[in-house]
Amino acid sequence: MTRSARACLAALATVLLAACGDRHPAPIAAADPFPSTYRAPESSAVLIRGATVLTGLDTRLDDTDVLLSDGRIAAIGKGLAAGGTTVIEAGGRYLTPGIIDVHSHLGVYPAPGVWATSDGNEATAPTTAEVWAEHSIWPQDPGFQAARAGGVTTLQVLPGSANLIGGRGVVIKNVPAVTYQQMLFPGARRSLKMACGENPKRVYGKNGGRSPATGMGNVAGYRAAFAKASGYRAKWDAWSKDKKGPSPDRDLAMDTLADVLRGHILVQMHCYRADQMATMLDVAREFGFKIQAFHHAVEAYKIADLLADTQTCGALWADWWGFKLEAWDAINENIAIVDAARSDQGPGCAIVHSDDPDGIQRLNQEAAKAMAAGRRAGLPISEEHAIGWLTANPAKALGILETTGTLEVGKAADVVLWSRSPFSVYAHADQVWIDGVLRLDRARPNPQPDSDFMLGADVDEAVATPPAAATGDTP
Amino acid sequence: MIRRTSLQALGGLVAIVLAGPAAAELFAIGNAEVHTVGSAGVLEGATVLVRNGHIEAVGIDVAVPDGARRIDAGGRPLTPGLIVARSQLGLKEIDGVEETNDVASTQKRYSAALDVVDALNPRSVLLPVNRIAGVTRALTAPDSTKGGSLIAGQGAIISLAGTLAADGQWIVRPQAAMFAALGEQGRELAGGRPAALAALREAFEEARSGGARLADGLSGDAQLSPLDVAALRRLLQREMPLVLGAERASDIVAALKLADDYGLQLIICGGAEAHLVASELASRGVPVLLDPSRNLPAHFETLHVRRDAVAVLAKAGVRFAFIDASEFGSHNARNLRQLAGIAAAHGMSRDAALAAITLQPAEILGLSTVLGSIEPGKIADLVLWDGDPLEVTSAATAVWIDGQAMPMVSRQTLLRDRYLKRPAKDGAAAPATAR
Repeated sequence: MTRSARACLAALATVLLAACGDRHPAPIAAADPFPSTYRAPESSAVLIRGATVLTGLDTRLDDTDVLLSDGRIAAIGKGLAAGGTTVIEAGGRYLTPGIIDVHSHLGVYPAPGVWATSDGNEATAPTTAEVWAEHSIWPQDPGFQAARAGGVTTLQVLPGSANLIGGRGVVIKNVPAVTYQQMLFPGARRSLKMACGENPKRVYGKNGGRSPATGMGNVAGYRAAFAKASGYRAKWDAWSKDKKGPSPDRDLAMDTLADVLRGHILVQMHCYRADQMATMLDVAREFGFKIQAFHHAVEAYKIADLLADTQTCGALWADWWGFKLEAWDAINENIAIVDAARSDQGPGCAIVHSDDPDGIQRLNQEAAKAMAAGRRAGLPISEEHAIGWLTANPAKALGILETTGTLEVGKAADVVLWSRSPFSVYAHADQVWIDGVLRLDRARPNPQPDSDFMLGADVDEAVATPPAAATGDTP
Repeated sequence: MIRRTSLQALGGLVAIVLAGPAAAELFAIGNAEVHTVGSAGVLEGATVLVRNGHIEAVGIDVAVPDGARRIDAGGRPLTPGLIVARSQLGLKEIDGVEETNDVASTQKRYSAALDVVDALNPRSVLLPVNRIAGVTRALTAPDSTKGGSLIAGQGAIISLAGTLAADGQWIVRPQAAMFAALGEQGRELAGGRPAALAALREAFEEARSGGARLADGLSGDAQLSPLDVAALRRLLQREMPLVLGAERASDIVAALKLADDYGLQLIICGGAEAHLVASELASRGVPVLLDPSRNLPAHFETLHVRRDAVAVLAKAGVRFAFIDASEFGSHNARNLRQLAGIAAAHGMSRDAALAAITLQPAEILGLSTVLGSIEPGKIADLVLWDGDPLEVTSAATAVWIDGQAMPMVSRQTLLRDRYLKRPAKDGAAAPATAR
């Protein structure tokens, strides 16, 4: 990571969203109304010695040391001096970047799943660009801690897929917190969740007797929203030049879509079928926005070249299929085929995602299945390559690759030490650091759950267990 | 520790359709790492001799008769076929396409007479997808889903050979178990937990009386039909087990009391908190079908679910088999071995975890005299793997059902072959091309 990018991160951590550099000019409402209050607590330096390092950059470094200091990766090499730092003997265990899940509903569809906590879909209108998933996040969802035990350090929490345009998604650090702002990934742009296919037309057409009721109704809905947003953006941009006269009226939904058109908000789209993805790439071109990734895209393998040509990632499951007709054509080699595509624009971008509070705990196993299926189909895939499906590629899709997603000097110390190769059902995350802070240590589990909800769920057991010392890392 | 379930005593009462293979074939799988899941344990460099669809011999020094076809396993693992103790295989194709989905009856409190056999489809696309991944038998069950029935009906045990089954006999045992729901599902259907228990008791009382109220014409609004009564009488006569959905410990205790009161042969399905009442389950010999991967309180009735629960159950002497508790237990029944692997990663022995998806479901379903392990006399449901059978990177390379080699083809492999460009000769991977 460059020095300027790091400085940028620090600035962003204060108030401003995406106000860094020239690439992302300030949005209309420059001040983020919901700024991150995440601060990584002080951490002492740690030297992890003798690890099998999968960097996330397609490289594997055997018997290598990694120094974590001041929340960053300070050095990678052989025979690093320990100095006064804590030393962890990896003994050949695997060290990888922290896992990043680009598709989670933790917090918005938490456990337990009851009406009171069901906050993921504002299914009252087919386009609700004005809602933000973060305002539904319940930080006490026990799923966050379980995901951390699976090595997940960063995740994107999205609205559900009932709507054509479901609202803003958000990138968070997977740390225990009382407020969601304490989890907000500093500097990460928000996203826009959109959805193709059966869900919107079922929720509105079939169940609600209104548009969209068909695939063509879906597409008309996206286009109508962005046509309106184009005009809104032009009006505001014109006014912003000299700010003469009264400002145009604000519309929260249009604020979001205009910022999509400005590139300040990244589009993440639920879309299963190849033909529908191709249609959406045309819609995106028509209005001048980019789709970062098609999520759940079980037919991505049918258009792997097109996805590589447009540099659109496929955020995929290893083997889910058949729960609806648009998920009927799944194959086990989907991820490997998307990954193997090559274009003048760059390589294919495959991501293993979960969309599931259980799956997020074993994304490494899902990647292992996809890797093995690809190999059996004749696609040579190394572990050091496949780890990118869980780290560098999701970081790229979320626009946070400059700060995390690979093991490189200067990047955030979001790191997982595994008990063995993570491409195994028997692998455990032994230790998980987030910004250099040890957030999980399998050898020294906290006897009490992080979640207030789970605390004392069985009081009889809880009173028999002495309370843990406060960790002091929750502001 | 192998306890016989009383299901096996049912042989004389229930017709068990176990097809003999059409072809009188003799073959030997040699040089295999045979996971017998029986008393012989794991045998390396072993041979399994199969004649007429049955295992004739297993061991290091099996004499292979002249004329037997020889298959070299190359030292790889050979296991029994995987048995799914609860699924909707053959009963639904696509959850979201109602026309293909027959898991639940609707608008009735009692559907005891409902028999899934009437709806089972041997041409389901799901069968080959799971078959080529090592799943050979499944209990297909009706479900008490929302708007369905408190007593959902009767399930059947099927062979995943489907239309390829010898003599077309893919339904191994019809009316294999009765399914009903307690807990949150039961309360939703009946209007409360006590109401669900009361409704089940009411039905059993009516069946016990031989449908007297029905016969007396007192049942103008009877929710039990004469066929329901007949089905429930078979349940009360222990001709089939009752599989009761129950997660919370108190719901499991209520299920045990119900079974005590009516002399039912009970199987608990779900069992998120079974470890909290392990001794009660053990003392009654009631087995549990559970998902060992669950660790989140997805519902209030699963607040105490924990990933090491199986260790508690095993220690207490409770018999259990693994199921996939998610909604993917049919389409991805093939992932049962991943769940077993997760259990092994959390302290269970790999042998015991493999047993929980082979011999243990066979025991619980009353099939263990003929299925579930690689032992002489048993049916030759066998799977050859390219690595550790519980490992996610492994795959089945050959599958036999009733001694018949299954074609390793599914709709998914056909789609793959249509779109996948094989690597070019220089070794570089060629991208798939949109068609």
